[in-house]
Amino acid sequence: MPHPSADQPAALVIRTAGTNCDAEMVRAFELAGARADLVHVDRLIESPARLDDYDLIGFPGGFSYGDDVASGRVLAMRLRLHLYPALRAAALRGAPMIGVCNGFQALVQLGMLPGPERAGDWPEDAPPAQSVALTDNISARFIDDWTAVEIDEQSPCVWTRGLVDSELPEEARARVLLMPLASGEGRFVAATDEGLKELERRRQVPMRYAENLNGSMGRVAGICDASGLIFGLMPHPDRYLDWMNHPFWTRLPGELRSGDTPGLRMFRAAVEHVKSGGAAGSSTIQGSDSKGARV
Amino acid sequence: MSPASAARPETQTSQRDDSALGSTVRRVEVASRAGRTDPRAEAVRRQARTLGLALDDVRFAQVYLIEARLDGAQLQRVAELLLASPVLQMWTEGASPAPDGALTVEVHPLPGVMDPAAQTVRDAVREITGLDEIAVSTGRRYDMAGVTREQADLLARRLLANPVVHAIHAEPWRPQSLPRGGPAPFEVRTIDILKLTEPELEKLSREAHLFLSLDEMKAVQAEFRRLGREPTDIELETLAQTWSEHCVHKTLKSNIRYRAEDADDTIDFRGRPGHTVTDTGEVVINNLLRSTVVAATHELIADGVDWTLSVFVDNAGIIAFDDEHAVCVKVETHNHPSAIEPYGGAATGAGGCIRDIIGTGLGAKPIANTDVFCVAYPDHWVEKELNAKGAEERGGKKSGKRGSDSSDAAALNISALALPPSSSETSEFNLPAGCLHPRRILNDIVAGVRDYGNRMGIPTLNGAVWFDDRHVGNPLVFCGCVGVMPRRFTHGDAQPGDRIVALGGRTGRDGIHGATFSSAELTDTHADEFSHAVQIGNAIEEKRVLDAILRARDAEGGPLYTAITDCGAGGFSSAVGEMGEKLGAEVHLERAPLKYDGLTYTEIWISEAQERMVLAVPPEKLDALRAICAEESVELCELGEFGTEGEELILRYTGKEVGRLSMKFLHDGIPTPVREATWKRPTPIKLKSSESREPAPPDKALLQLLAHPNIASKRWIVRQYDHEVQGATLIKPLVGAEGEGPGDASVIEPVPGTGRGLAIGAGLATGFGDPAVGGDPYLMALAAIDECVRNLVCVGADPERIAILDNFCWPSCARPENLGALVRAAEGCYDGAKAYRTPFVSGKDSLNNQFTTDGGVTIEIPPTLLISGIGVVPDVRCCVTMDAKRAGNRLLLVGRTGAEMGGSHAQKLGFAVPDAPTPRVDLREGPRLARAVAGLIERGLVSSAHDCSEGGALVAVAEMLIGACPERSDAGALGADIDITKIVRTGGLAASFLSDAFGESPSRYVLEVEAAKLNDVRTALGDLPWTEIGEVTDIGRLRTRGSEVDLAVQELKAAWLAPLDW
Repeated sequence: MPHPSADQPAALVIRTAGTNCDAEMVRAFELAGARADLVHVDRLIESPARLDDYDLIGFPGGFSYGDDVASGRVLAMRLRLHLYPALRAAALRGAPMIGVCNGFQALVQLGMLPGPERAGDWPEDAPPAQSVALTDNISARFIDDWTAVEIDEQSPCVWTRGLVDSELPEEARARVLLMPLASGEGRFVAATDEGLKELERRRQVPMRYAENLNGSMGRVAGICDASGLIFGLMPHPDRYLDWMNHPFWTRLPGELRSGDTPGLRMFRAAVEHVKSGGAAGSSTIQGSDSKGARV
Repeated sequence: MSPASAARPETQTSQRDDSALGSTVRRVEVASRAGRTDPRAEAVRRQARTLGLALDDVRFAQVYLIEARLDGAQLQRVAELLLASPVLQMWTEGASPAPDGALTVEVHPLPGVMDPAAQTVRDAVREITGLDEIAVSTGRRYDMAGVTREQADLLARRLLANPVVHAIHAEPWRPQSLPRGGPAPFEVRTIDILKLTEPELEKLSREAHLFLSLDEMKAVQAEFRRLGREPTDIELETLAQTWSEHCVHKTLKSNIRYRAEDADDTIDFRGRPGHTVTDTGEVVINNLLRSTVVAATHELIADGVDWTLSVFVDNAGIIAFDDEHAVCVKVETHNHPSAIEPYGGAATGAGGCIRDIIGTGLGAKPIANTDVFCVAYPDHWVEKELNAKGAEERGGKKSGKRGSDSSDAAALNISALALPPSSSETSEFNLPAGCLHPRRILNDIVAGVRDYGNRMGIPTLNGAVWFDDRHVGNPLVFCGCVGVMPRRFTHGDAQPGDRIVALGGRTGRDGIHGATFSSAELTDTHADEFSHAVQIGNAIEEKRVLDAILRARDAEGGPLYTAITDCGAGGFSSAVGEMGEKLGAEVHLERAPLKYDGLTYTEIWISEAQERMVLAVPPEKLDALRAICAEESVELCELGEFGTEGEELILRYTGKEVGRLSMKFLHDGIPTPVREATWKRPTPIKLKSSESREPAPPDKALLQLLAHPNIASKRWIVRQYDHEVQGATLIKPLVGAEGEGPGDASVIEPVPGTGRGLAIGAGLATGFGDPAVGGDPYLMALAAIDECVRNLVCVGADPERIAILDNFCWPSCARPENLGALVRAAEGCYDGAKAYRTPFVSGKDSLNNQFTTDGGVTIEIPPTLLISGIGVVPDVRCCVTMDAKRAGNRLLLVGRTGAEMGGSHAQKLGFAVPDAPTPRVDLREGPRLARAVAGLIERGLVSSAHDCSEGGALVAVAEMLIGACPERSDAGALGADIDITKIVRTGGLAASFLSDAFGESPSRYVLEVEAAKLNDVRTALGDLPWTEIGEVTDIGRLRTRGSEVDLAVQELKAAWLAPLDW
């Protein structure tokens, strides 16, 4: 059983049939200073209260239920039917959540992203209706490639906080701040253009592709909820925990390959947020709290 | 965005004629909303264009047929929660009308064909509605404007569906009920063979798809005469499966009488293990495989190679990785299924090889996949029906459908010399009847491997594609898998009393006779005759099985089973037969969970339905295993028990005995006849093109070589594969500044965080053994091993820790010439493995790869030997990549270059005479060079390293520059100045710029070294042959000293990227 403590937050990584990036995400949380449990979604559906034990929640990548019908669709449906109240409670107590790739696809269809307009306004009975989608790449093909990303440093997103290494010269930053993308249905689409503008205005687009490999609207790579605690993205920070994951590390000078990788920095930022009292199993409503912690 | 403003699904309910609330088939269509881009529809348009058809418009819809007692509200809930995206799609109940002028094609899986999405939807509908009785079928609907009905139907067959596994409807399909099987009447069938004459035995073997030889049929007859009874059908089938080439490798393991028809100074047969040279110069070989490939490994083990843990006995070979972990590796082929249904064939090829890894020892975790494909040149073949001219010509002539005539097929031997697609002399052939177009085959096999590997979460990270028109009817699909396991789990042994437990997918009528089918020869009617051998995979089922097995293996108190193997070729028959070989086994066939009713006991026994594993489980551990399987949603079934009196295989159905065979006869009863093999150096085929052609200008030759499909970028394929899942891919298949450089091998970290790596690579040197150019399979085998080792060394592998695998794909070895070629390749494996100290740890062969056209012409594939290798990288920080790093660095060519253009790509392009000599690996110098280069890399003296093979030295340098090339600008882009005449030549043959630059002599490396490190390199290389051939520059051009070549790297890159940019 997890023992949440300020020193070592507890992370829950949720897997199901077809999840295949769970080990990477567990490792990411562990390297970032959390302890991580990998739990099958069926066990959580049997006892949703287990979610209450965790400070952070991760939805890893893969092909949940074969991505039959659409990527993440069946997982989203099952979460909606069985686990929304527990996830809502986690959101309300300020637990950072991350959905990577297939996890992002599920969170979007579940309605946890982009979430309610105002932080904390989670409807009680059912999650907000789906308002954005991730669908077939414009090439209609699966793409595995690395891409440079742009970070909105004004976003409330706790996961991308400090991701841009301001110490580095811009040219070096551009060589390092890359993310691996591996998806067939990664193209971001908002239901309406206005919807996307609204998200941008509220700084809920913390990450964009520098090069739009999959044809996403607004080059959106990831979005967060209004509180900045729940973040979903198509790229895989969990595959960029070591410098030797970098696509051309053999060309990088040694000094650029030191410290945390950008992938690990993301998990570190969320774990540190919890450690600094952002969530830590407390029952505070996160809205103002997380803003306070960010300063 | 407030919830209120969020999109709601648009619903449009069309008229339904059956409002009654019964168990009817409800049809739901899900399509893109108007105005939304639909990449799937666009892709159909794009692909139709490659077939010469311009579609004005395509609309795509997913179709779900749900048979259940759903009321309207339930259906709506299912559609909105599950089937349609509210943001992107709209759903319709029933069949929407086709747009004006559009023709409908709808594709559904044939009854009994695996439909994974239907299973998922069925379970989800059950969860949403609480209903129990639900059947689902999925389909795809295309509405196409701008084509005739005939063209639409052709598109359906050529692009959208494969009639072997799909039903094609010309209008929306609205069945009254979904097909399901009915119960099969049960009676025990015996087959009368005791009195059959020899011709009758042969007839029975062919017609019942047993594919046993006359000798084998006679052995079966003798056994049942001894028993004094006729065999049952299931007994004959069990013998046919177990004795199939696929399962028992009877050709490679047979005794061979080999005779060289002309003087042979290449191989000395004296003193080889298991070989006897007679006075007349014939060589008698006792068990070819054991006397060559296996012998090399055992001699190496005796000579101090102490890191192999399991060789040739398990589903995969196992070597030590570190003190705690072992890695295992296996490569399989799935050629014949891929010829008929490339998507399913390749996917299940990948899935089967992955299961081999899961079923190695007590179970390994798959951590990498590999794939190599051999297909015909897509641009050389036309499908008459689809081009307008062909349609006109066809007129009323029915025979127009039967594509190839014998003169085309006869010309194949010429085209085998692979003219470049751009050449005006390229012959275009009519696709023979019974063949799928090579473009479709390549597209679909890539998709099959992609979908299986990606879904399983296993990175596919090494591969190659080899083009040759002789693969038109018989493509090759090699799928490999690498696994990691704790060293204590490398061996398993079933115990008497253990339960026979099947895990995973249900058994259906798919894949019947796959094992024996692989022994058959492909012909123009194979698709009809063997459609039952084809299967569609379900990767998520296999992923669930993997999750469950790893939990059961790692259970507290030890594994919950004593042995494990996969259900591959031959199904339960092979799996249970192998595991129970020493114990006997009793099986109750009615216990196997079925996909549908109606299977006979024999079908259950030999079905090759996918995603199944067989475990030997001690009775007291069964409950714990059952619990894990329940948690992972994996079906478990107890089929019977290992251990019988007298070690028999006893098969029962509903209690009644249907078969009884002694394990001894099953496994040792196969006769081992002496097979005849001959060798005569084949006469090269004279190419008209090479006689008439002027020597090519070197710069044009370089661009043509880079654009040769064998050499050109495979990024279109590599980037469709998730080669980074599991997060441990440290050297990726594509490397360099923009991820375009063709890496020599990939490196993964099997145990993340340990800093110890595993390099995965391959060698393929088909050109050197090609009979069309007078090649010698012995030299081909040496070159393939040499290339595999170099590929691994170039990324940082320790050449003292490389294990290799053999995969022979050969034309029929009933022809003594082909068996002679096989003998020579096997001798090459023995010599090469010993010289490089690279033990073979596993392998597989496929020995009937040829296609006979309806005109009766047999097209044999070129003998093909894939050598795959894994090599331990002691410290991943020492890895290097092949992309050029910095201006001012020196370029070194290590190794000797001869004027031996035989089998080279320059020769394929007509730049060398047809009877040019084929290079031979120097077995003393080659291994020394590999060790020396590895030493340089380990000491950090090398900035980049690239093996020098297809296309030769200048192509290797060009690739290193392409790897360094930034995409957008030339400013500061790296280039190179090369003096190719400086290379170290072997004596004897007159060299030219072409042979220096484009010859494919083996054992060569291009290294990039900082000027300051040259002295250390010089000292380290000592007396080995090497020279400095040039320098990296910053002017973005590749130039040779005599200005023979002066080309922008961007131009090289464009030529290299273009051919396979599909």
